[in-house]
Amino acid sequence: MSSVNEHASHDSHGHGSFKALMTGFVLAAVLTIIPFGLVMADVITSKAFLMVVIMICAAAQILVHLRYFLLLSSNQEEGWTMAASLLALILLLIVLAGSLWVMHNMNKYMMPLPESGYTYLDDGTIVCATPEIAQQLRDAGVTAKIVIQGQ
Amino acid sequence: MRPEIWNIIFGKLSWDDIPYDVLILDVTFAAVLLAALTVFGLITYHRKWAYLWSEWFTSVDHKKIGVMYIVLALVMLFRGFTDAFMMRTQQALAAGGAQGYLPPHHFDQIFTAHGTVMIFFFAMAFLVGVMNIAMPLQIGARDVAFPWLNNFSFWMTVSGAILLNVSLFIGLLGRTGWLAMPPLSGIAYSPDVGVDYYIWSLQIAGIGTTLSGVNMIATILKMRAPGMTMMRMPVFTWTTLAANVLIVAAFPVLTATLAMLALDRYLGMHFFTNDMGGNAMLYVNLIWIWGHPEVYILILPCFGIFSEVVATFSGKPLFGYRSMVYATCCILVLSFVVWLHHFFTMGSGASVNTFFGIATMIIAVPTGAKIFNWLFTMYRGRIRFETPMYWTVGFLITFTIGGMTGVMLAVPPADFQLHNSLFLIAHFHNVIIGGVVFGLMAGYQYWWPKVFGFKLDDKWGRRAFWGWCIGFYLAFMPLYILGLMGVTRRLQSYTDVGWQIYFIIACIGMLTIGAGIACTVIQLVVSIKNREKLKCGPDPWNGRTLEWATTSPVAPYNFPQDIVVTGRDAWWQMKKQGFKWSTDYQPIHMPKNTWAGIVPAFFALALGFALVWHIWWLVIVSFLAAIGSIIYHTFDFDRDYYIPAEEVARDQEKAKEAYV
Repeated sequence: MSSVNEHASHDSHGHGSFKALMTGFVLAAVLTIIPFGLVMADVITSKAFLMVVIMICAAAQILVHLRYFLLLSSNQEEGWTMAASLLALILLLIVLAGSLWVMHNMNKYMMPLPESGYTYLDDGTIVCATPEIAQQLRDAGVTAKIVIQGQ
Repeated sequence: MRPEIWNIIFGKLSWDDIPYDVLILDVTFAAVLLAALTVFGLITYHRKWAYLWSEWFTSVDHKKIGVMYIVLALVMLFRGFTDAFMMRTQQALAAGGAQGYLPPHHFDQIFTAHGTVMIFFFAMAFLVGVMNIAMPLQIGARDVAFPWLNNFSFWMTVSGAILLNVSLFIGLLGRTGWLAMPPLSGIAYSPDVGVDYYIWSLQIAGIGTTLSGVNMIATILKMRAPGMTMMRMPVFTWTTLAANVLIVAAFPVLTATLAMLALDRYLGMHFFTNDMGGNAMLYVNLIWIWGHPEVYILILPCFGIFSEVVATFSGKPLFGYRSMVYATCCILVLSFVVWLHHFFTMGSGASVNTFFGIATMIIAVPTGAKIFNWLFTMYRGRIRFETPMYWTVGFLITFTIGGMTGVMLAVPPADFQLHNSLFLIAHFHNVIIGGVVFGLMAGYQYWWPKVFGFKLDDKWGRRAFWGWCIGFYLAFMPLYILGLMGVTRRLQSYTDVGWQIYFIIACIGMLTIGAGIACTVIQLVVSIKNREKLKCGPDPWNGRTLEWATTSPVAPYNFPQDIVVTGRDAWWQMKKQGFKWSTDYQPIHMPKNTWAGIVPAFFALALGFALVWHIWWLVIVSFLAAIGSIIYHTFDFDRDYYIPAEEVARDQEKAKEAYV
């Protein structure tokens, strides 16, 4: 049903004021410009720190959108918006944390192994020709017992 | 070399992209052309274009949109089944050095098309159709929350389906499988347009699906009849809610993943390549974060359908309503913590695999609870074996087997043996045919009389069931055996002739399923022919939920007056209390039909085609036209009208007379 006309009268709080929208717009723009500028201007040399800053800006951006554009509060729509947001948050956490965990594991166990220079014994122990190869195996996440030939 | 102006006008498209040298495609094209000309000719001859445009294409009536979704789904079932036919016959032939009749280049497109068409354009379209028809009636609403959006969602799905099928005759489809995993789907290994067809077709249809998810959630949360609290909603409405929450949560992941793949392919980015820090495994991770919830998007509403059918035909309230609701919600959340079981073998450590293996097995618990609830509903019930009940009992047995092989696959060490084998293929067809298709068919038989006012023919319905059921076992039990023998999926040919007999049995099974599909078509024709004899009242099954309270076929406004719900199984209670519709009719407020669904969706189709072939001028024009037409529509304030009380009264009188 097209309820535009009927609802317009008592729904004024539902669409947010001009001020809220502009506040949100300015904050969102600033939170976009900061990470973009940091990358373009190349002012932060530590890549890890840069990524943390970008992540924080992104998280803040999400909150700005929720607060100023989606007008999130617990007393809206019989609490449904809050319930939906919490579910979204849980799913987001599962997906993000899960992906990081999974991909970290993949990276750890999928490092290329040296092509030669080591052999297996019957009990699973790995015998390496040189200490460098042993180190490569350990870096690649090999958890079996590693010994170096002649030692 | 052709002149530069041609490249500007036609992008990458040239005569060489039309596969006229492939005989199968020539025949298909001729058949499609003939069918299209016949249909167009008949419509023109009977002067039905205006009728179709004003009564169907532009309609915002959720029942009509639901019917159109199901028509699309049945056409796509035909397409998907044809692909299955070719794969099964090819594999029955191509043993011991024989190459069959499909070269790898063609065979690989076919399995890609089969998966994509069946999931996105058969199962999803059918499902959204059934949800559209039944859910608003079950909650006593007059329409969905956003009627225009509903029409737009439907046409976006159609556009996606058309774009995917255009790849049959212009260019080709990806040879990557239905999830288009990189690096194979990257530009380095798939430089042709196949993967682009896949990407844009799913992106366009995905917009439709996501919007329809938003629409359904809003409808359920905001438009229930007075007195219908959440815990009084029919279970089908609950599962529709859960499935649509999953759609809204999961489909953006698919959209983002495919967008990144598109950026890799179009702009030379490196999200999923091996260089510049890209990681193909991330694509697998992301696509299954969407892909696993997608499985539950398909099955949850079917669980709802079975719940309605079992309760109705056992003449009892559903056993364990609350546990059914909680199980549905559990599955909703759990479906997001199991995605890694699709790639146990990709190389995560034992801790990751163990976590996801156990999480997967835990999902079997709420699902098992549901199976017992259905059994206990039937226990000591007065069961009537109408056609929907056939599908339900067939589901209970078949799905349980599929569930158990699923738990086997959830054991990581076993999965290392079974991964990508035909055992996996047999498993997911076991749950998707045994669960989703059986559920959809049960719903189709169950709600048909509500939509059209007459029942479907019983005899042909039962034959269709037996075709599907026996055919399924014949087609997929041999694949379980082959899978245990180590046969991998997607083989164009194989050397071991010892396997051939199993493939031949599977092929016979596929033909039996084909007979089942044929029976469904015959049932349709026979029932329409005998519609006077099969005519039924508003409540042909002695139903329990609100949709059976109103006339069949349902009036555009659904219910002649507002209903107050006092408990679960609302219509059952009303019947017990001797409910009668009052004759004091009021004018009813209704949305108007709109062109603003089909027109922007048509431009979206043009946009997709232009993107596939790099026709940049058309990309710009069609994008602006699509957005522009929607913006133009937002200035249309004349969107509603009132059906006068006299017309409602006349309608209702006529409907009453029709049953006598």
